[in-house]
Amino acid sequence: MQKVLHINPDKCTGCLQCEMACSYENYGVFAPAKSRIKVFDFHETGKKVPSTCTQCDEAWCLHACPVEAITKNKVTGAMEVNESTCVGCKVCTIACPFGTINYVQETGKVQKCDLCGGDPACASACPTGAITYVDANWTGLDKMKQWADKLGNQPSAT
Amino acid sequence: MSWAGKILRVNLTSGTVKSEPLNMQWAREYIGSRGLGSKYLVDEVDPKVDPLSADNKIIWATGPLTGTMASTGGRYTVITKSPLTGAIACSNSGGYWGAELKMAGWDMIIFEGKSPTPVYLSIVDGDAELKDASDLWGQSVWKTEGELKSRHQDPLLRVCSIGKAGENQVLYAAVVNDLHRAAGRSGVGAVMGSKNLKAIAVRGTIGVGNIRDPKGFMQVTAEKKKILAENGVTGQGLPAYGTQVLMNVINEVGGLPTRNHRDVQFEGAKDISAEAMVTPRESDGKKHLVTNQACFGCTIACGRISKIDEGHFSVKNKPEYWGANGGLEYEAAWALGAANGVNDLEALQYANLICNEEGFDPISFGATIGAVMELYEIGALTKEQIGIDAKFGSAEALCQFADMTASGEGFGKEIGQGSKRLTAKYGHPDLSMSVKGQEFPAYDGRVIQGIGLAYATSNRGACHLRGYTIASEVLGIPVKTEPADSEGKPELVKAFQDATASFDSSGLCVFTTFAWGLADLAPQLQAACDESYTTEELEKIGERIWNMEREFNNAAGFTAKDDNLPKRLLTEAAKTGPGKGSVSKLAEMLPKYYDVRGWDPEGRPTADTKKRLGL
Repeated sequence: MQKVLHINPDKCTGCLQCEMACSYENYGVFAPAKSRIKVFDFHETGKKVPSTCTQCDEAWCLHACPVEAITKNKVTGAMEVNESTCVGCKVCTIACPFGTINYVQETGKVQKCDLCGGDPACASACPTGAITYVDANWTGLDKMKQWADKLGNQPSAT
Repeated sequence: MSWAGKILRVNLTSGTVKSEPLNMQWAREYIGSRGLGSKYLVDEVDPKVDPLSADNKIIWATGPLTGTMASTGGRYTVITKSPLTGAIACSNSGGYWGAELKMAGWDMIIFEGKSPTPVYLSIVDGDAELKDASDLWGQSVWKTEGELKSRHQDPLLRVCSIGKAGENQVLYAAVVNDLHRAAGRSGVGAVMGSKNLKAIAVRGTIGVGNIRDPKGFMQVTAEKKKILAENGVTGQGLPAYGTQVLMNVINEVGGLPTRNHRDVQFEGAKDISAEAMVTPRESDGKKHLVTNQACFGCTIACGRISKIDEGHFSVKNKPEYWGANGGLEYEAAWALGAANGVNDLEALQYANLICNEEGFDPISFGATIGAVMELYEIGALTKEQIGIDAKFGSAEALCQFADMTASGEGFGKEIGQGSKRLTAKYGHPDLSMSVKGQEFPAYDGRVIQGIGLAYATSNRGACHLRGYTIASEVLGIPVKTEPADSEGKPELVKAFQDATASFDSSGLCVFTTFAWGLADLAPQLQAACDESYTTEELEKIGERIWNMEREFNNAAGFTAKDDNLPKRLLTEAAKTGPGKGSVSKLAEMLPKYYDVRGWDPEGRPTADTKKRLGL
């Protein structure tokens, strides 16, 4: 069963535990500046919205890469960057409609979410359940359940 | 490790910025943040220095757990000599700024001297320089942050700054970061203003990567987060209602100081409570509270984000205040509300916004307004002198006072001096509800005996955060003690004061102590820093810090006489509630407290005590 990261912005408090977990997993440091998931704080509305790669099936980044440095991990479904092949041309960063693949000056390569090989650190670190790692076919399960509860789980009239 | 090992020393007079290694022996002995920053201040600054002179220094300090995945690890402290109290000032803030400084590779910044013209400090990792801030002078905290982000073309920049209050040296001006988090008390913002220092803009990309035992640290911090999540206060009460959960609770125990401490219960408490913030308004059907918000690394998330009623008189035709913004915490809601008899939640929020926008402490401001309203009522101040009708309960007066204090115009200039100076000027010094010149927070020391003693002995003047005995006396954490009892309170106050000093120095938030004790902090510090940080060692370090602060104050000229409460709390009995008829039993508790502390009858640490603590 393939799983995907599922984000519920309504539950996000803006604590950035996810960003620290990401940088720690990938670089061994607590540094939101190196994180592949970013939380945006929209001050005027009070909304906090985590954003990261959704692992498109027909990935723009993968198709744009001139050296085939981005490949799909068949087990996790993640689009992964092969750092030894990547030449740092940044074309993928232009191709991605969501901005979730980015260049890293320090390495001269691009980086993106690779689902930590199937156990994403951001989801484990999230204290509120705003970021979860769920069955790819059932990202809507929680919402469906909420509505099912509203529609059919009330005391009946008779 | 987990300390960055570097401090930045900025001489504002000469305009020089240089890097220094952190004194690692002191780091070991004083941990970081409050303790370590205070050690540097005590070592470098004459306790008798004029706080607003170039000879005073001001220090921004993070702790070893700041910028880590330990829950609430985002805090920093501003340490200086306070212009409000003349005592050591140490104001703690959350938000994201402190972690950013640590991520840039710095434990601390020490500012000395005074810049001839307005400047701000720009830090990008290892590069730090002073830049001209002439065009930012006169701008609010909010405008300053926006302007610096656009000037540096960096939306990820973190900024702490002063607004007009700090520039005008309002004696309780705050340093504000991330728009609405503040190192709020004791006038640290006024010291910043006196040095012509407008802001510190930081971008840190290096991160914190020198945890002593990374695997152990990840494991123990995860375990401790679980304790916070499962605790009723930190897991449910605080995220849902914020600190405002206390408004009705404290009113019910009869410990909610009202109308300048004349009363101990406020008939309007429910109108300004957490419950009111989540109830749809009559005016527009919307809730005041929008959401909660965490500071950096915090898994509690007690912060409030609110939206003011657009139709309220205070913000009519002022759309800049209509968006979601920093909401009322309990202390602010009390000081702006109950302390003045004002029960208009929207007016409180307006005053709170102005406090954030122009950078001043809502506790001292609100409590000073309480004193002004009492002076007005007894005729010691007139409408002609103040410029407005300042009756207790007037929401209009509260909002106008906030504007006047922010701009420093008219009577606002006098309000900016705090209640001690203001009441003395108008012939009624007894009406200042303060200790060492700093106004009380939101708990009545007549009815809740331990907190009265904690106020009287706090090293930064009246303060609930130096020894929050309310946890025990009202909430029963870690064990319930009776608010009315004075017996056992000296020991309780000491234990809270010492433990808090260690928590404050670690870089974590004191609100974790609703669920954690030093035994929970110790393994996190051990994994991050040094195995020697046992529970016993942290108790001793806390006590060392407390005594170091005390020695600074004693050398500054404070004596046992200053460990006092206003006459009102000692002689005017509580009129209503469970504590009706009671006054503070400070005279009973204080000698015992000195004894437990190992101080002489004059409140001076004895030679033995100092030796035991390595001072």
